[in-house]
Amino acid sequence: MPRFRWENFTKADGLPDDHVFNVCVDGDRVWAATENGLGLYQKGKWKVYRPQDGLAHRAVLGVAVDPRTGDVWVATMGGLSRFSAGRFDNFTQLSSGLSNDVVYGVGVGGDYVWTATAAGASRFDTRTGQWALFNERNTPMYEIWTYNVSVGKDKVYYAVWGGGVLEYDVKTERWKDYNDPDGETEMVVLRDQGLIHEITTSVSYAEKDKILWVATYFGASRYDGRNWKNFLEKDSGLPSNFLNQVKALDGSRAWFSTDKGLAYLDGENWAVYRPSEMLVRDAAGKVTRIATDTSPAHQYVLAVDFQGDDIWVATAKGLSHGIRIK
Amino acid sequence: MASLTPTPNPLFLLVALALTALAADRPTPPRFPSPIELAFSKDGARLFALCEGTDEVVAYDARSGSIVRRIPVGRVPKGLALSPDGKHLYVANSWSDSVSEIDTAALEAVRSLPAGFEPNSVVTDLAGRFLYVANRISNDVSVVDLVTGAEVKRLVAGRGAAYLALSPDGASIYCTHIYPNPGLHRTPPESEITVIDTARQVVKDRYRLPNAAGVFHVALSADGRLGMAAQLRPKNLVPLAHVEHGWVFGNSISVFGEDVGNAVGEVVQIPIDELDRYFTPPFAIVLAPDKTAAYISTTGSDSVTVIDIPKLLECIRSATPAERRTMANDLSASANYVVTRIPVGSAPKGMVLSPDGKRLYVANRTDDTISVIDTASRKVTATLSLEGPAAPTAERRGERLFFSARFAFQGHFGCANCHLESTFDGLQWDLEPDGFGKDIVDNRLLEDVAETAPFKWNGSNPNLETECGPRTEKFFYRSESYDGWQLADLVAYIKAMPLRPNRYRLASGELTPAQERGKAIFERTRTRSGAPIPESNQCAVCHSGRHYTNQQLADVGSGKPTDRSPLIDVPQLTNVFLTAPYLHDGSARTLEEIWTVFNPKDTHGVTNDLQKDELNDLIEYLKTL
Repeated sequence: MPRFRWENFTKADGLPDDHVFNVCVDGDRVWAATENGLGLYQKGKWKVYRPQDGLAHRAVLGVAVDPRTGDVWVATMGGLSRFSAGRFDNFTQLSSGLSNDVVYGVGVGGDYVWTATAAGASRFDTRTGQWALFNERNTPMYEIWTYNVSVGKDKVYYAVWGGGVLEYDVKTERWKDYNDPDGETEMVVLRDQGLIHEITTSVSYAEKDKILWVATYFGASRYDGRNWKNFLEKDSGLPSNFLNQVKALDGSRAWFSTDKGLAYLDGENWAVYRPSEMLVRDAAGKVTRIATDTSPAHQYVLAVDFQGDDIWVATAKGLSHGIRIK
Repeated sequence: MASLTPTPNPLFLLVALALTALAADRPTPPRFPSPIELAFSKDGARLFALCEGTDEVVAYDARSGSIVRRIPVGRVPKGLALSPDGKHLYVANSWSDSVSEIDTAALEAVRSLPAGFEPNSVVTDLAGRFLYVANRISNDVSVVDLVTGAEVKRLVAGRGAAYLALSPDGASIYCTHIYPNPGLHRTPPESEITVIDTARQVVKDRYRLPNAAGVFHVALSADGRLGMAAQLRPKNLVPLAHVEHGWVFGNSISVFGEDVGNAVGEVVQIPIDELDRYFTPPFAIVLAPDKTAAYISTTGSDSVTVIDIPKLLECIRSATPAERRTMANDLSASANYVVTRIPVGSAPKGMVLSPDGKRLYVANRTDDTISVIDTASRKVTATLSLEGPAAPTAERRGERLFFSARFAFQGHFGCANCHLESTFDGLQWDLEPDGFGKDIVDNRLLEDVAETAPFKWNGSNPNLETECGPRTEKFFYRSESYDGWQLADLVAYIKAMPLRPNRYRLASGELTPAQERGKAIFERTRTRSGAPIPESNQCAVCHSGRHYTNQQLADVGSGKPTDRSPLIDVPQLTNVFLTAPYLHDGSARTLEEIWTVFNPKDTHGVTNDLQKDELNDLIEYLKTL
């Protein structure tokens, strides 16, 4: 299982705020979405952007980079910002076709920018400037509080907080929903027969393997297009069922950001990383504790992103850089 | 049995026949070449003149000055560039949204390449593998793979991306813009030079141009250490109370690069005007290969300004940082570096130096000639003809007047200073001495205005003759204006301005589902709850007819305390997608804001019962008008 030497950043190091909601790696640049500004870490230094610099709102919830143009799309509590070569352009529900200013998540696919907002999903065509809105009137969603989006070439997935998962087929332009077969109860009666819970916080689509990973406040799910596999704290390596994010490496491997540590599944074995310890749980369920000299900034983990073999971790008390020990 | 086919009224038939006969006899109006850009072939044997008016490239034998071929391209071509190997010439067809690729040996167009909305300028990278296209309406730069012919990406530029220049080392492309970037209402305008990294094909920097709105050609010195961009600095935040002392426009150049000595991306803006004479608007820039001189065409002043570059750089370097920041407003500064002004033809636009640097060729747009200047003597030594129609029409004479600055006091500005290339400038002005700060008005598109009287936002001018005649003389030019014949010609030109294609309508003429839904909202007579909407508040009643205006005055609640009256002449909506900002004073930055911010009481149509996606649909429909 991967081992890391952890380097932690807080406000004292130049991070805009210790409450880090998200992190996005763009080559040698690392973007931190914090409660009080957008941070950029590059060449060992932090640069901070706030509304006085043009950012739509100080509370930044998500970041996505357009790989073709390098433009940075920033989801904030007060609209969507595009940061391009030093210039911010802002899109709000008053000034544009954005559905709502509370933008929880953003993703880029081709010419489209997809946003997850508190009032449904929006899709912005960067060539024509057209906005398309998706809500309960034109999709199966029955809750419009969309929390996260994962954009693939053939599918786009939304985590709908309290409404399960929505899938958009790029080719057919049709929507499909996935829900908890147990309804909105907290019981798991029909295990592995659907999504583990309706309160979804994150989706991650491993496009090459066509596997969807879902994080909820009550466990995690993996879907291969036909079969569901659910993960709970009681019988997996998850340190908690309360998940803020899932980020897939591929169809077998994924990272889980929970309120009790960062978890990694390699397909069979689990590892958990949190202050003062690393735990490894094998396929048989045997747990081994590994002492570490360094650890992530806090056990309340909100998001991760990867930089080669390294990992960057957004926590409630700072941003952690996990430098892979080879 | 009665016939089911109605019998035509004989009188109607007679009239129809007469009209048809008249139309058949009416000659097709002649088209004038209107050259705007020039380029030499790699071997210098051919001179290419891009003719906006006749949709063609005219190829000259450079030695004899005779026309060899006229090469048809797309509609309203605006920019051209040679490939590095000289084998192809690329032409941006601004109203076809395409680029023509011309084989320079065969002198014919061989391929059409994609572009964004209203391509204005083209340049290839140093390898000739990728073509960059500045798109003026989509505000971006297309990157086109010349091997596959496909567009690979779009790079977001500023508003009105219009002119491109490749650095001599090929590492960067500089893009300038004819409109200012969107900003807060009644704040100083600002433009930018977008800098593209050609290796990664991304935007790597944006040089801020404070107080600039209307930036044209950009050029780099042969050693790449000096860049210059031609620009206007409009003084739109102060009332247009007088004209002297640079009160309305500053004509200037943004200077950047290592030679300037500032930090990267920090430009110095220098004036080219004199204390009592203006040279406007500066359009094209050509730098001598040995960097001794810069040539700037000033379209409304029918001249070319020559700048001594060493003296210019000395002037900049000897200035303190504070002086550099304000140099653009010092009308005495140009005496340090302007060498001479060379009179050329009517409305000089693009220029090119002969490969040996001995001659400067200047395209004179409205007299269809090319002036040839000997760079040593700095005099016009020859004039080439585009062989356009022998006699100008009323519209052509009017066009010359439109682009000329000679009527304004001290040649300060002409119609085309604000109505850039017959459009608008994206700014709001306080135009008349009705009290400072009163009746701030947004500049408007001039296409399709012919049948939309009355004029002026408050509708107080009953016709274009009043709009452009005494009012212009008294409140704009502060000088003797047009005589009766000239005014008639000017009005004829304005009325004849063709309408640019709408980019949001499908080619079939059908509407998309969103546009259809929006049309239904535009035309609705009842609210969502079924309550009737008064006719005076129905969109399609005020915005009715071919131009989407009933040509009446209306109070839509958009009046501000600074307006003398809340009554507004209902504006036409043709190509409204293009003309941000909105409302009479430009206070709505986007179409959305007209209703999300400025319609709290449903006085400008009933919209507060609409869901967000319905408002989006309405806007999708408005964009098709």
